[in-house]
Amino acid sequence: MVHEKIFKEYEEKIPESLISEVKKHVPEKITEAKLKKVLDEVEKEYRYSLAAPGECVGVISAESIGEPGTQMTLNTFHFAGVSEMNVTTGLPRLIEILDGRKTLSSEIMRIHLKKPYSGGKDLDKVVARLKEITLGDLIEEIDTDLVNSKLVLKLDKNQLKKYNVNSQKVINVLNKSVKAFKFELQGNSIEVLAAEGDADIVQLYKLKEKLKDVYVHGVKGIKQVLVVKREDEHVVLCAGSNLKDVMKLDFVDPTRTMTNDIFEIEKHYGIEAARELIVRELMEVIDGQGLNVNVRHIMLVADTMCMNGKVLGINRYGIVKEKSSILARASFETPIKHLVSAGLMGESDALSSVIENVMLNQPVPVGTGLPGLVIKTAKKK
Amino acid sequence: MADVFVDNKYKGTVKDPVGFKESIIAERRRGKIEESVNIAYFEEEDKVLVETSSGRSIRPLIVVKEGKSTLTDRHLEQLSKGELTWSDMIKQGIIEYLDAAEEENALVAFFESDLTKDHTHLEISPLDIFGLITTLVPFGNYTQGVRLNQGAKNQKQAVGFYAANYLLRMDMDVNLLHYPQTPLVRSIMHDISNYDRHPSGQNVTLAVLSYKGYNMEDAIVINKASVERGMGRSTYYRPIIAEEVRYSGGLIDEIGIPDKTVRGYRSEEDYKHLGDDGIIHPEAEVGEGDVIIGKISPPRFLSSMDDYSLATDSRRESSLVLKHGEKGIVDFVALTENQEGNKLVQARLREQRIPEIGDKFTSRHGQKGVISLLVPEADVPFTSTGVKPDIIFSPHGIPSRMTVSHMLEILGGKVGSLDGRFINATPFEAESEKDLRNRLKELGFRDDGSETMYNPVTGEQYETRIFVGNIYYLRLKHMVANKLHSRARGPIQLLTRQPTEGRAKEGGLRLGEMEKDTFVGHGASLTLKERFDSDKVVVPVGEKSGLIGYYDARKNNKAVSSVQDEDEEMSDVEISYAFRLLLDEFKALGLYPKLKLKSKF
Repeated sequence: MVHEKIFKEYEEKIPESLISEVKKHVPEKITEAKLKKVLDEVEKEYRYSLAAPGECVGVISAESIGEPGTQMTLNTFHFAGVSEMNVTTGLPRLIEILDGRKTLSSEIMRIHLKKPYSGGKDLDKVVARLKEITLGDLIEEIDTDLVNSKLVLKLDKNQLKKYNVNSQKVINVLNKSVKAFKFELQGNSIEVLAAEGDADIVQLYKLKEKLKDVYVHGVKGIKQVLVVKREDEHVVLCAGSNLKDVMKLDFVDPTRTMTNDIFEIEKHYGIEAARELIVRELMEVIDGQGLNVNVRHIMLVADTMCMNGKVLGINRYGIVKEKSSILARASFETPIKHLVSAGLMGESDALSSVIENVMLNQPVPVGTGLPGLVIKTAKKK
Repeated sequence: MADVFVDNKYKGTVKDPVGFKESIIAERRRGKIEESVNIAYFEEEDKVLVETSSGRSIRPLIVVKEGKSTLTDRHLEQLSKGELTWSDMIKQGIIEYLDAAEEENALVAFFESDLTKDHTHLEISPLDIFGLITTLVPFGNYTQGVRLNQGAKNQKQAVGFYAANYLLRMDMDVNLLHYPQTPLVRSIMHDISNYDRHPSGQNVTLAVLSYKGYNMEDAIVINKASVERGMGRSTYYRPIIAEEVRYSGGLIDEIGIPDKTVRGYRSEEDYKHLGDDGIIHPEAEVGEGDVIIGKISPPRFLSSMDDYSLATDSRRESSLVLKHGEKGIVDFVALTENQEGNKLVQARLREQRIPEIGDKFTSRHGQKGVISLLVPEADVPFTSTGVKPDIIFSPHGIPSRMTVSHMLEILGGKVGSLDGRFINATPFEAESEKDLRNRLKELGFRDDGSETMYNPVTGEQYETRIFVGNIYYLRLKHMVANKLHSRARGPIQLLTRQPTEGRAKEGGLRLGEMEKDTFVGHGASLTLKERFDSDKVVVPVGEKSGLIGYYDARKNNKAVSSVQDEDEEMSDVEISYAFRLLLDEFKALGLYPKLKLKSKF
């Protein structure tokens, strides 16, 4: 580049991304004076678009997210792709993310595959390996034999074959996970008897419901598996999330596989990744509703949620708990708790934020209320 | 093997769930099992649910066997003669009650003509999908369900002729329509519910037309002459009730004109309407601040009486006074006693309510609106026959709401009024649109109900033909006279020293938390402070103790520390009274709120 020197000059004034953008658009043979003029203009625009000192960015972000939020429909489910896989979106999902809720209403994983598989090879096997198989999936029928107080589980041969499980494995799994009962293979079915004495009807019914959910095979937590084609590659969508176990599988491309569980990402990839996921998930919800919120507002929220090194929800157990002002905490839910503990500890409130000053009828320290005098007046005697 | 649950408790299994279900149903139809017992089989989950519990909603249906209704013409004949009753039909298995779960297994035909071999039940009447009041919406089957709900809800709020003995009653807060009419376009429910005996609306002429932009956003424009002829006129009744309550210690309230020695005595002027018995004269015109019933109560605390009983009268004045914005004419005064034998005085106020700008009106189709303009009759558009509409309704209310029944009622009302007959508009059984159109044509009108209209100001013909017809309109009980309110300065609350809230207390409109946030968002810090200055106080604060002191009158109003014998420097601090109160509440909690003072500059 010809004008390297001039660009260098501006490096301290304008962020690098803007300089490289200017480089891309400016014609090769631009004169030095013209380039300077361009860069000055860019600098002016850049400075103009910065938030002014005292600008109340938090309130503006809150209003900018809250106002379109009122237009969100309560039409919460939308179908990922073709099949019946439900994804929670809209307002409930937004609240779920912002609250920092640990159990999600619908966990979704998007698994990208390595080369031969992504082209469509052995997809059946991939699906069979991924999906969590419980005993209920492998059984045709459960008969309750009240006379001998036992259950008879009739195994489904086709299902066994499909998921590559043999009946002996099923027996092993059952013996390991259910202790109080004996399991015996009788031809094509499994007989279940109480280990000691006779089981009554209620016990048998409870056992029957329990047995249906016993884990046998596949990745734990992956409830539903769906293969979809996205831009000439096969991608597996899963209901349920288990990042750790999925990553271990050799056909999974670990660089692109995603989950929508923020806490799982935080656990395995750290807080910065969690912050990025919060931004993405929130933007996806907002875009999905056809609303328009600037990403910077979302970023501020995500930063706030992650600034302590762990993901905190925007509620009294999360970021509000971390506020330094007692009055501010007390004004937001459970006031007595905060006031009494502040009294016990002899805490003091510096009255440095908005809510406290509204309570005291003092100018709030934002906007026009922020600047003060540099020269201190002498104290009257 | 299907699991069987009785009232959601696991009871066992059955080999043949469908046969089991059918045998139970057969037993129920024979009367061997209680009629409210329901059974349903869910194939996917392979379970049978038997319900016997109370609190489920169940509904009656006609039983269908092999594609034929079990209810025959013979039964109907017997029913009309009174030889057969409802419970007989249940016992015979002609009618049975289904709950939500059993309905899942049933295939219910809407009309008898729809019946096929697969059907298990038949609706008694298609009207069953509506409630009682929803059935009052004419042509209800032509309009979206939401609108019908709103139409039904609106009818409940209509001003009407609610009871014939209204003059003898002491109802709270009621309205009475002056010239009620029975609807021309009506459903079967108007007959069943004796609607003619307590109608709540009037048949009006309506033009679907824009009028100088006054009827935008659902507003309606009303012909002033129609109002002057009595359209929508109503009376508002409200009782004022006073009781001579007996207190412990043999003390009792006394109804009468208070003595001048009574604590809290008003001026003589305020008692001018009262008779010697302390009760207002009938037909007296009263307004805000006027005493309706004079009353004297014993002192609130008994102990105070012992000390000063000789010096002054410690009894309180507790008369019933009209609050801010209330007025009326005393209609009727009743003197009785209540269950405890206490003297009870009731005075009923009456106020004529002529429709004015801001009053709410509606048709029966959820098309509510507020009067935005009363047009002098000379300025109301007229048709070629000289008809001037009572109400001008905005055409923009129609497309998005899709209230087809509203349009059909206008058409039906037009035919009915020209023909001099009632139009049957029972949902699903109404006179067809085609018949109405043909009749309208025979009567010499355009079959779509539109007419040529003229601009009343210029006399020019409108370019478009206007849809004109007759429709039943209801006046709703929400009237501006009960709601209009404003405040500049006014009363404050005793506890917080903040302005009062609500119309009755002449209160202000609260600048709430979200409104506060908008000021913060703009960075308008000092503007915000001024808005919240309504409870501003200046208090002296001790520099050392950090507690709020007081001004001592004995020391020439000098600021004094609240800590005894503490001679500390006091500084004046400007805070909100609410915060001062908060500090006092901290002290009540056992906390020491210490203010550390620092110069602001």
